[in-house]
Amino acid sequence: MDASLINPFINATITVLDTMAFTKCRADKPYLKKDDRAKGDVTGVIGITGDANGTVSVTFDEASILKIVSNMFGEEMTALEGEVSDAVGEITNMISGNARRELEEKGKLFHAAVPSVISGKNHIIKHYTDGPKIAIPFEAEGGTFTIEVCLEQ
Amino acid sequence: MDVSIKILVVDDFATMRRIVKNVLKQIGFTNITEADDGTTALEQLKSGSFDLIISDWNMPKMTGLDLLKTVRGMDEYKNIPFLMVTAEAQKQNVVEAVQAGVSNYVVKPFTADQLTEKLEKILG
Repeated sequence: MDASLINPFINATITVLDTMAFTKCRADKPYLKKDDRAKGDVTGVIGITGDANGTVSVTFDEASILKIVSNMFGEEMTALEGEVSDAVGEITNMISGNARRELEEKGKLFHAAVPSVISGKNHIIKHYTDGPKIAIPFEAEGGTFTIEVCLEQ
Repeated sequence: MDVSIKILVVDDFATMRRIVKNVLKQIGFTNITEADDGTTALEQLKSGSFDLIISDWNMPKMTGLDLLKTVRGMDEYKNIPFLMVTAEAQKQNVVEAVQAGVSNYVVKPFTADQLTEKLEKILG
């Protein structure tokens, strides 16, 4: 998968978290992920269609998402449930939308569905296609999270 | 801006309804109703009298675009200010919303200042 498809998701993530959660984050080196196990405690998944079909997921560890949502709300969040899970869905939605806008500027058109959220230790992320899973690890204040982009070949 | 107006905030994610509501409260608005989809928004609109709609686009049962088109066909609301607040930001989305009669468009993510500026433009 070429970098021109991945970089918009990195840029979108940095923009969304900085703007909505006043949170700086940094992407580490992307890698090819071989298994389905989530790299964290809660995942937002969104299906995308268009110039290619597939799914994008955002998995947060508990520490990072509690810090991010606390910043978004201006109120300390202490449990990974309810409002925090809901926020994961909206963050996923915004990252998807922002990335798709940048992809459009590169001549690639994608549409997205409504995201869903999965949580629990060691949960599995089932991407919709069997294409390669590119994982982009991030470091943020308070913890880590991982974006996965899986598009059909 | 007249902060006594009645506002309907529509988004399937409670997170975004909360964020929008917080900005509205910071400006001084207090009369704010929430809906979690275009269909529940329509029920609210039919049973109440609103002065401003702030709506997401992508929602499960009825999209914000369909809500906008429906509202523009209702005598009571055909001229109501309608602000789309959405992550859908491709050119075609904006074109469709403008053609359907949207008053203004905010792309997520947004700052409180950006939302406030757009509200000032449509409310005066």
